[in-house]
Amino acid sequence: MPTFVYMTRCDGCGHCVDICPSDIMHIDKTYRRAYNIEPNMCWECYSCVKACPQHAIDVRGYGDFAPLGHSVSVDRDEEKGTIAWRIKFRNGTEKNFLSPITTKPWGQAIPKLADVPGPSQEMRDGQLLYNEPKYIRMDDGGLHTLESTGLKMKKGVYY
Amino acid sequence: MAYQTIVEDGIDVLVVGAGLGGTGAAWEARFWGQNKKIVIAEKANIDRSGAVAQGLYAINCYMGTRWGENNPEDHVRYARIDLMGLVREDLLFDMARHVDSTVHQFEEWGLPIMKNPETGRYLREGRWQIMIHGESYKPIVAEAAKKSADKVFNRICVTHLLMDESKENRVAGAVGFNVRTGNYHVFKSKTVICGAGGASNIFKPRSVGEGSGRTWYAPWSSASAYGLMINAGAKMTQMENRIVLARFKDGYGPVGAYFLHLKTYTQNGLGEEYESRWFPELQKMVGKEYLDPEASHLTHRPIPTCLRNHALISEVNAGRGPIHMVTMRAFQDPHLEEVGWENFLGMTVGQAVLWAATDVDPKNENPELTTSEPYVMGSHATCSGAWCSGPEDVSPPEYFWGYNRMTSIEGLFGAGDAVGGTPHAFSSGSFTEGRLAAKAACKYIDDGKAEGIVVSEDQIARRRKEIYKPLEHYKVYRNAIVAGDVNPHYINPKQGLDRLQKLMDEYCGGVTVNYMTNEKLLNIGLKKLKIMEEDLENLAAKDTHELLRAWELKHRHRAAECVTQHTLFRKETRWPGYYYRGDAMKVDDENWHVLTVSRRDPQTGEYTMEKAPCYHLVGEDT
Repeated sequence: MPTFVYMTRCDGCGHCVDICPSDIMHIDKTYRRAYNIEPNMCWECYSCVKACPQHAIDVRGYGDFAPLGHSVSVDRDEEKGTIAWRIKFRNGTEKNFLSPITTKPWGQAIPKLADVPGPSQEMRDGQLLYNEPKYIRMDDGGLHTLESTGLKMKKGVYY
Repeated sequence: MAYQTIVEDGIDVLVVGAGLGGTGAAWEARFWGQNKKIVIAEKANIDRSGAVAQGLYAINCYMGTRWGENNPEDHVRYARIDLMGLVREDLLFDMARHVDSTVHQFEEWGLPIMKNPETGRYLREGRWQIMIHGESYKPIVAEAAKKSADKVFNRICVTHLLMDESKENRVAGAVGFNVRTGNYHVFKSKTVICGAGGASNIFKPRSVGEGSGRTWYAPWSSASAYGLMINAGAKMTQMENRIVLARFKDGYGPVGAYFLHLKTYTQNGLGEEYESRWFPELQKMVGKEYLDPEASHLTHRPIPTCLRNHALISEVNAGRGPIHMVTMRAFQDPHLEEVGWENFLGMTVGQAVLWAATDVDPKNENPELTTSEPYVMGSHATCSGAWCSGPEDVSPPEYFWGYNRMTSIEGLFGAGDAVGGTPHAFSSGSFTEGRLAAKAACKYIDDGKAEGIVVSEDQIARRRKEIYKPLEHYKVYRNAIVAGDVNPHYINPKQGLDRLQKLMDEYCGGVTVNYMTNEKLLNIGLKKLKIMEEDLENLAAKDTHELLRAWELKHRHRAAECVTQHTLFRKETRWPGYYYRGDAMKVDDENWHVLTVSRRDPQTGEYTMEKAPCYHLVGEDT
């Protein structure tokens, strides 16, 4: 119903509530466990499934077109930097996939722009962004402009 | 009501909506404003919000200029022909000349980008697309935004922009409420960068019930980019240019990697190639300038996305459906099979769920394709959004008013879906637009343009009252009935959304009418939208979650009205396959080779429509 929560596994920690982009994972007041309050606003994005420490959340395909008897389960391992998927078909076929999710330790490879040398006045007055012109040219030149490309903007129907 | 009012004052750059555009803005703003106060207000949790929440398997906008693959102007020409000639080429050129620096930074930050083992370059899926393992794309760019921002407010549904009361048409911040605590949040800011999303769910979906969550664009893309800006009086452009997607049936799994990398192709229910049989007639409708299969064959010029949709729709209407994607050959190669599945798992898990449920193994059978309901957004093969200034070194006078990516409201900037005229930006281009907007916003402040902003307590109190009205309304009238949701005094957000989708579908060219509309239908649609606006004053929300849905609906409604106004204004069928004006079934370059620009007067609610000239990048000697 797209995502659903197994009663015996959920401990009501609320990680799914915290992460759901659609605000549809809520804690049931009676059972103190999570559930999907609005299945027709669930994208099956798996954000809550990946975030659940108890593996208590699963997905049952949309009732209006997906027959029962399947599963797509996932294990996202931040430390190893991998994500593992297992697809089980209604007819019992299984497929497994493993992909990287990052190549660097989390949070360390991104510079703090408050601490890098600030832009010069010339850079402020020009068109370059942070760290440019690195990566944007084949040669050592600066940013592409109309002049450098021999182009102009002309009004009308031209191709 | 017991909800607190929480004021965040003295903000320099307020980012509203932190998807790819907003995270780019927050990240870059710190470089240009190292001492400035940068604040993010996000409806969900920035780690998994926006259209890229579940990840991506490709970056669809990368030039590869450093390898000599493409130059920025090549991408402009591509986007121009794909959108049937009408784009903002200054904004596109600007995005394209910067986008590679964004993509290479993503790699430095840890985003796994696949490499071509022979060349060592990024692995190409198509001319503009590169392949990534992007399950954690959003958490990675969120990390960058968090490193730059002073504060991140998650779970704030921004409902309105604040306007300066000392100078007309100048932004002063934004207000909204916390979806969890219910508290009222006021953000007083010198500039606002709108990174909010485009629109899913304004047209009736093909699915019914639960499956209506499996929209192509995220269900949380609630047209807030448009609702916020139109309500503030910003000019909008190309809002009629909604998009219809040819995708795997029901799951709406992406086809890009299938066509481009796996070399799969489509055929009709009889196993025949069908596209080319529709092209001669279609050429009469749109002209040889826009559809020239021979030239496309020789030069790799793309056939516009909408025209390929047209062929698919026409073939199905001719009774030769369903349309199949021929996967059986490619999937015999185990590597390509892996790519095909990981492509879904990386960005549209729901399609994998559906194939598992229906025992569709593309190795053994060719899956069905269909065309989706229409969507309104500005970063895929479509370009709805705000009318924004371009960069000073590229833009002609009609496209330039001081600051790059600034809307027609002073101090209000856009990125991603919010910016009109820039299709094919996708994730990397949206992030890049955020960066450009951030630099310009800092310059706007440094130039002293944001001095003396006044926001009265009255404005803040007025918005507060307006925001909570659906909760109040519910409280007042819920006991008029025994139980249930049928109440003569109000509608709830779901009932309102159903009404919006039905009327947009039937009057503005949705899927059940084969994307067909005309002047009469559009005028009826506008009348019904006006009446619906009256009913939206009687919207009821039983809790803060429904209050979120109530405000999403109001934003969707406003965007839908603007789309209908634009569709009425443009008297031609510019994008057959996206929608048809039955009373003007041809491309009319003589009268309509222009960009449509609208403004809704916030006081009267009246729309003013105008044509803006379309400029093209041409050689110096043209």
